[in-house]
Amino acid sequence: MEMDTITAISTPMGEGAIAIVRLSGPEAVTIADSLFQGKNLNQVESHTMHYGKLIDPETKEVAEEVMVSVMRAPKTFTREDVVEINCHGGLVSVNRVLEIALANGARLAEPGEFTKRAFMNGRIDLSQAEAVMDLIRAKTDRAMSVALKQMDGRLSNLIGDLRQKLLETLAHVEVNIDYPEYDDVEEMSNDMMREKTKEVLQEVEQLLETARQGKILREGLGTAIIGRPNVGKSSLMNALVHENKAIVTEIPGTTRDVIEEYVNVRGVPLRLIDTAGIRETEDIVERIGVERSRQVLKEADLILLVLNYGDEFTEEDKKLFEAVNDLNIIVIVNKMDLDPKLDLEEVKRSAGDHPVISTALIREEGIDQLENAIANTFFEGDLDAGDMTYVSNVRHVQLLKQARQALEDAQHGMDMGVPIDVVQIDVTRTWELLGEIIGDAVHESLIDQLFSQFCLGK
Amino acid sequence: MTYNAGHYDVIVIGAGHAGVEAGLAAAKRGAKTLMLTLNLDLVAFMPCNPSIGGPAKGVVVREIDALGGAMGKVIDKTHIQMRLLNTRKGPAVRALRAQADKPLYIKEMKRVLESQENLTLRQGMVEKLLVEDDQIKGVVTETKAAYYAPTVIVTTGTFMRGRVIIGDLSYESGPNNQRTSVSLSEQLEELGIEMVRFKTGTPMRVNSRTIDYSKTEIQPGEQEPRFFSYETTEFITDQIPCWLTYTNEDTHKIINDNLGLSAMYSGMIKGTGPRYCPSIEDKIVRFNDKPRHQIFLEPEGRDTEEVYVQGLSTSLPEYIQKEMMETVPGLEKAEIMRAGYAIEYDSVVPTKLWPTLETKKISGLFTAGQINGTSGYEEAAGQGLMAGINAAAKALDLETLILDRSQGYIGVMIDDLVTKGTDEPYRLLTSRAEFRLMLRHDNADLRLTEIGHRIGTISDERYERFLEKKRVIEEEKNRLEQVILKPTDDVQAAIEESGGSTLKEAARATDLLRRPEMKYDVIAKLTPSDIPLSDEAAEQVEIQIKYTGYIKKALEQIERMRKMETKTIPEDLDYDEVHGLATEARDRLKEVRPLSVGQASRVSGVNPADVSILLVYIEQGNIARVSGE
Repeated sequence: MEMDTITAISTPMGEGAIAIVRLSGPEAVTIADSLFQGKNLNQVESHTMHYGKLIDPETKEVAEEVMVSVMRAPKTFTREDVVEINCHGGLVSVNRVLEIALANGARLAEPGEFTKRAFMNGRIDLSQAEAVMDLIRAKTDRAMSVALKQMDGRLSNLIGDLRQKLLETLAHVEVNIDYPEYDDVEEMSNDMMREKTKEVLQEVEQLLETARQGKILREGLGTAIIGRPNVGKSSLMNALVHENKAIVTEIPGTTRDVIEEYVNVRGVPLRLIDTAGIRETEDIVERIGVERSRQVLKEADLILLVLNYGDEFTEEDKKLFEAVNDLNIIVIVNKMDLDPKLDLEEVKRSAGDHPVISTALIREEGIDQLENAIANTFFEGDLDAGDMTYVSNVRHVQLLKQARQALEDAQHGMDMGVPIDVVQIDVTRTWELLGEIIGDAVHESLIDQLFSQFCLGK
Repeated sequence: MTYNAGHYDVIVIGAGHAGVEAGLAAAKRGAKTLMLTLNLDLVAFMPCNPSIGGPAKGVVVREIDALGGAMGKVIDKTHIQMRLLNTRKGPAVRALRAQADKPLYIKEMKRVLESQENLTLRQGMVEKLLVEDDQIKGVVTETKAAYYAPTVIVTTGTFMRGRVIIGDLSYESGPNNQRTSVSLSEQLEELGIEMVRFKTGTPMRVNSRTIDYSKTEIQPGEQEPRFFSYETTEFITDQIPCWLTYTNEDTHKIINDNLGLSAMYSGMIKGTGPRYCPSIEDKIVRFNDKPRHQIFLEPEGRDTEEVYVQGLSTSLPEYIQKEMMETVPGLEKAEIMRAGYAIEYDSVVPTKLWPTLETKKISGLFTAGQINGTSGYEEAAGQGLMAGINAAAKALDLETLILDRSQGYIGVMIDDLVTKGTDEPYRLLTSRAEFRLMLRHDNADLRLTEIGHRIGTISDERYERFLEKKRVIEEEKNRLEQVILKPTDDVQAAIEESGGSTLKEAARATDLLRRPEMKYDVIAKLTPSDIPLSDEAAEQVEIQIKYTGYIKKALEQIERMRKMETKTIPEDLDYDEVHGLATEARDRLKEVRPLSVGQASRVSGVNPADVSILLVYIEQGNIARVSGE
C-alpha cells in the first residue's frame, strides 16, 4: 500500500527533558538525512543511533543538537522505515524539529496513526495488537498533555473568550429560530452578526500574525527589493550579500533558475525573494502593475524600495509607492553621490511613516544605517521576540487558518444576503474549530447556553 | 388464570402519540397488530398544550407524513389555526405550527385507527409482559387476557408510576387523572431495564367566558392554506385566534412569596424537569430581573370553552394559581376549569436501546415516546413510527430502518437518545441537527418518501405523484441552468421591481436566482417553463438553486460522516478485549454498544484516539476472518 511519511512528537514535553520526534514511512530516512549533519543516514546500519546536528535546509542554520535512531523496515514499530529524532525537550526546539520535518515532506500524524499503520502493514497478531493499543493509549494521553502544555495560558484564555463570544451569538440566533415568539430579545440581525464575526476575525488574524512572526525567526524575513531600472537594486543586494557572507542556493530545473539568497542582518534572517527576477528583468514597474506581482509582494515581510537621487520622482515611482503602501517598507534613496534631482520632500511625503535611508552604495555609504533600519523594523512593536511562541503549534495554526476561512465564508454569506440561520453554519464551524484547539467541541454547550441566556418555555 | 386471547405479530401498549404511529406503521407493513390502551376515548390525547409543530417539531410531523404516519393528516383536519413560523428567516428553519382542536383530534385519530387494516384496537390495562430467556413472548392484561407476539412496543408515556403534584397534594395518577401503570414499571426494572425519574408540568385551563380578551393582544392565524401532509387537499380557512397577555411584578411577588408551597421547591418533586419547559416559578427564580413573561391563551377546541394558559405551568397550590391569575390582565376573573400540576414518572434510560428502539436487554421488546425520556407529541410520534416500522421488521423479517442524522430530525433525535442519552426530558431543537440546512420542512418528502414506499408505508399512488414532483423539479433546475437572460427592458424592469440592481451583461437564470432578493416567480415570468410548476415544486427549485453552495458543502460533510457510519461494529463486540481504550470510553461503549464507528465517535467520553483503536481492532477482526485465522 502506497503511504506517505508521517511525523509527530511522540513524547511529552517539558523544559530540559528529552523529546522525540518520530517519522514513519517510505521517506522517513531520506527526510531525516536531508535535515541531518553528521553521518549519511541513508548508509548507516539499521537500528543504530547517531549524534549530529539538525539543519534547517531552508535557512541552513543549525536548529538543534540531536541523536537520531534509524530503524529500517520491517523490524520496526510500524513495519515501515522509522526514524526517531531525540532533541531537547523545550517547547521551541521540539516544535521546530517537527516543523522542519513537516516542511520537508512529512505529514502530521493523526492520533493513533502509527498504530494504524502497524496494523495496516499486517504484521500485528492479536496479542501484539493489544500491546500496541495499550501503547498508543499511553502515547495519546501523553500527547494530549503535551498539547495542553504547548498551550500558552493566554492563548487558551483568549480562545475561550472568543468561543464564548461566538456561543452567545449562536445562542441568540438559536433563540430567534426555536422560539420565534419569544419577545425578550432583539432579533439577531445581519449587522449584529457581522459585527461579532468581525471582532472574532480580527483576533484570529492577530493570533495567526504571532504564528507568522515565529516563523520569520525560523525561516527568515521574506524580503523583496524593488525599484525602477538602474536605481541600484543589484548593488543593494550585493552590498547586503557581501557584507553578510550570504549563502547562495541555486535550484536548477525550472525554466528560469530561481535564486534565493539568505543573509543575516544584525541577527535578523533575511530571505531575499525572487532576486533572479530583479537581475533579469528590469521592468519591475510593469510587473507590479500585474495583480500577480502584487500578490508576490504581499507575501513579502519586508520591501526595500530603491530610488535614484540623481533622477526625478516619476509617475512610476509613485505607482510603486501605491503598490506597497500598506506593506512593511524601507525607502532607500540611493546614488547620493550624484547631482540631486530627486525632491526629497516629496519622497518623505510618499513614504509617510516608513523610514527613509540615504545611501551611496557604490561608495559603500549608508549601509550601516540601512542595516539598523532593518533590525529596528523587526524588533520594534508587534515583532517582539518574547511573543514568538504564542501560537507555534502546527496543529493550532492549521485550525486557526480554517477558522479564519470559516469566518470569511460567514462574512461573504452576509454580503450575499444569505439568511442568518444559514450564515450560522460557518459561525458554528468557527466555534468548533476553535474548540478543537483547546480540546473542547461538545455540541451540547450551545443548548446549555441557550437556556442559561434566555428564559424560555411555555 | 389467564386465557389465550390470540396471537399477533406486534403488540403496542398505549395509544398516545407514539402508540398510534407505532400501531399504524406496523399494520401498514402487514403485521397483525394489536393496540391496547387504558381508555379508548383518549387515543392520541394531548395532555398538555393544544398545539402540534413548531421549529424542528413541525419538520418531524412532515417526516412522519413522508414515512406514511398519521399525525400530519389528522392535524390538517382538526386544527383551529395554522401558521408558518420563521418566514423571515432562511428555508432551513421555517416550520408549521397548528393549534389543535383536542377533542376533534382524538375523534379523527380514532377513526384512522379503526379503519386501518391489520390493526386491532382494544381497551385494556397491561399487567405484565411475558418474557422467556430474555425474549418477549406477549402480554397479559389485568382481565387475564394473554396476547402472544414476538414483538411488543411499550408506549406508556408518563403513565409508569405517574404521580401528580399540586402544592402539597400528591397522588398516583397519569395525566388528566387517568390510572397509572405500576406493575409494568416494576417488571421492567426487574428485567434489568434501567429507569430514571423525570418530571414535567402543565398549566391550568380556564373558562373562555371568564377571560377579558379586551386586555390582551390578538394572535390571529393565517388565511394562507397550509398543510403538514402531502396528502391533504382540503384546507381549513376558518381560523380561531389565540391571545397574548403578560405576567407583571405583582404576579411575580405572589409567586416569590409562596415559593415554599411549590412542589418544585418544597422538595416534593425528585424528578428532573426540562429546562425548555420550565414552570412559572422556575422562570421567576432563574430570571428574576425579567419584569414580565408572556402568557398565550390558546383555545382547546372549537366546541369547548376551555382555554390553555401557556406560560403558567406550575405546581403551586390551586388557590395560589388563582391569586396569580388575578394579577394578570384579562385573567383577573378567570375561572379555573382544571388546575395546573406537575407530574413525575418513570422513564427508560434510552442508551439501553438499539437505534431501532428495541431494548438491548429483551429481544423483541421496544419502547417509544415519552417513556424514552423525551417530551412532546411530535418526538413521541416520530419514535412510535420508527418502533412500529422496526417491530414489524423483526416480526416479519423485513428491512429494518434506522435514519441517520442527515436524513431527518427523527434520525437526530433517536441517535441523540441512544448514543448520548439524556439527563432531562429531551426536546428537539433545530440546533441539535448539524445538517439543519438539509433537514428542512419543505423537503421532508424528498428525503423520505422513497424510503416510505420501499418499506410499504407509502402507497404506490402517492409515490407516483412524488416521483412526478421530483422529476419536474430536476427538469426545471436543469432548464434554468441553460437559460441566459439578456439585459432587455423586461428583464431589467423585473429586477428593479424586485429591488435588485440591473444587469450589466447577460446572466444565467440560475445566477440571477441566487441573488438574495430574487424569487423563482420573477424568473419564471421572464423565462416561462412549458408546464407551470406547483407551488411546492417552485419552492424546491428556488431553494435548491439559491443555496447550492451551502447545500454542496453540507453534502460533502454528510459524505464524510457516512464513511464512518458504514464501518459497522458487531453488536456483541467485547470491549474488554479491545486493549488501549480509555477506561471511561470503554465503560461508555459497553453501555451504548454503538452499531457503527460513526456512532461510537459521538458517544460522550470517547475521544479520537479511542476511535482509532476501535478501527484497528475491528479491521483486524475482519482480516482475521478473511484469512481464516
